[in-house]
Amino acid sequence: MTTETQSTKGIWKVIGASSLGTLIEWYDFFIFGSLSIVISTKFFPTDNPTAAFLSTLATFAAGFVVRPFGALFFGRLGDLIGRKYTFMVTLMLMGGATFLIGCIPSYETIGFWAPFLVLILRLLQGLALGGEYGGAATYVAEHSPKGQRGYWTSWIQTTATFGLFISLIVILVTRTLMDEEQFDSWGWRVPFLLSLFMVYVSYLIRKNMDESPEFKQAKSEGKTSKNPLKESFGNKYNLKFVLLALFGAAMGQGVVWYTGQFYSMSFMKTVMHLHTDQADMILGIALLCGTPFFIIFGWLSDKVGRKWVMLTGMALALLTYRPIYEQMYQITNVANKEEIVAQKEEFFEEVKTESGKDEIITHKSHYTDGTILTTTTTKHISNSIKNSISTKQNITISGSNYVFLILLIFIQIIYITLVYGPIAAFLVEIFPVKIRYTSMSLPYHIGNGVFGGLLPAVSTYLATNAQTQNDAEYYLAGLWYPIIISAVCFIIGSLYINKSIYAKNQ
Amino acid sequence: MEFLKKILGIVWIILALATAYFCIVQFGFPKLQTGHQEDLVFGLIIVFILTPIVSIGLGIFGYFALKGEYDESKM
Repeated sequence: MTTETQSTKGIWKVIGASSLGTLIEWYDFFIFGSLSIVISTKFFPTDNPTAAFLSTLATFAAGFVVRPFGALFFGRLGDLIGRKYTFMVTLMLMGGATFLIGCIPSYETIGFWAPFLVLILRLLQGLALGGEYGGAATYVAEHSPKGQRGYWTSWIQTTATFGLFISLIVILVTRTLMDEEQFDSWGWRVPFLLSLFMVYVSYLIRKNMDESPEFKQAKSEGKTSKNPLKESFGNKYNLKFVLLALFGAAMGQGVVWYTGQFYSMSFMKTVMHLHTDQADMILGIALLCGTPFFIIFGWLSDKVGRKWVMLTGMALALLTYRPIYEQMYQITNVANKEEIVAQKEEFFEEVKTESGKDEIITHKSHYTDGTILTTTTTKHISNSIKNSISTKQNITISGSNYVFLILLIFIQIIYITLVYGPIAAFLVEIFPVKIRYTSMSLPYHIGNGVFGGLLPAVSTYLATNAQTQNDAEYYLAGLWYPIIISAVCFIIGSLYINKSIYAKNQ
Repeated sequence: MEFLKKILGIVWIILALATAYFCIVQFGFPKLQTGHQEDLVFGLIIVFILTPIVSIGLGIFGYFALKGEYDESKM
């Protein structure tokens, strides 16, 4: 009893130290995206083509290109010198890069150097993230009692969602502590600078941790790899498992994760025209309600096997994405709603600009189900250039529509927890200790960084094409990307993954 | 089941070739030719990152499947 309690206490310490560090890494990674609008005005002015080019690189490169390289670089190190030291390095690298982004003078002060330095630091963030996750998942899995890896590693799986949360909360608190001008002037740097403190705390906790017992044993027996990269990808036997992990699990998981957590947000804001604050709040509530299911499905995968838990998530996603998004679209589709004509409001405002003036006409329409549509038409009247008109729609919902939308997003979060909860344990178990860090990190980061990361761009492309061709359901066209990827992944996973793949390394 | 896994190997290879065609001809090159810098970066990523991973990776996976490397006895 005492030994069991001590052992449980020990694993909680391992989980706490690993999860905190990984959570901070996700926080660091997401803070850049959450503050992208401020960052672009400070470092990447759109009127400068070079800066705009660097901005695009910073956005794409850190997410897609560098993460798999980080997985290879740090995965190799982790298999050579150990998990603990490697993911300490990735933590310091991520924290240092984030802190330095907060210190860089703006484009106005140092010119071209500002976007260039931000790009370099953003690439370092991507590298660090590529190395961190595999290390933390491997470290926890190798500490876990037999038959409980799904449950214990699922705590690591919650960190990506919590990292996004914390980043939003820190920004929100910083914004409320100062006025808009202060935030725009220097306040936006606070979330970046705060990272140094968080990383230091995490470092203090992590530095007293022991190396993973499985790696320690392999090292003492001289069974560690001399060349993890060659053994992982140059050896046909291992390469076939890397490919199976990618095409039979990680690829589908990546697109389901990005659809539920990011595409849904973009859909609410740009297609449904939902008010930004309301969309953020709805996603936040759904994420909060869904997060415990990472643990539940991680635990379940210990009982019934990883494969079918993950594949159930993919199957449900590919079968229900279109009906779910159709329902979401209809929630704000005012064409099917009854307007309360008596409550219609109209405002007119004239604002002087540098080149002339803006005539702003705002129409506010109320509907019987509580929906409010605000349409703002701005006529830009210029003395020097041609006049132009821009229209913006903003919708707020309430009552049952609000609850229903949370439910629809929550369902997608459940799919995420199904595919993502058990995947760390799955990836760890299909590779042997000596090449585990390297072999599991690469398919994970290709699945998430490349297949998942490209989802917004590819889906937007598909939706735009459908709109150009006058497809009545153009707003659903972007879903073909996650549906097709999930379908292929489901077929490969269900046919080619079998228990003997991971039973040998359990 | 083992037979089905092998036969599907051909499907994966065809899918790899189809993806290469779609990514390069339909998606990648048109992006590279728009003249917008954002599209240029995106096009480069499609052509030089996504296409090799999907096409070569899926092609090798299909080849392994066709050769019976994923048979129960070889796992």
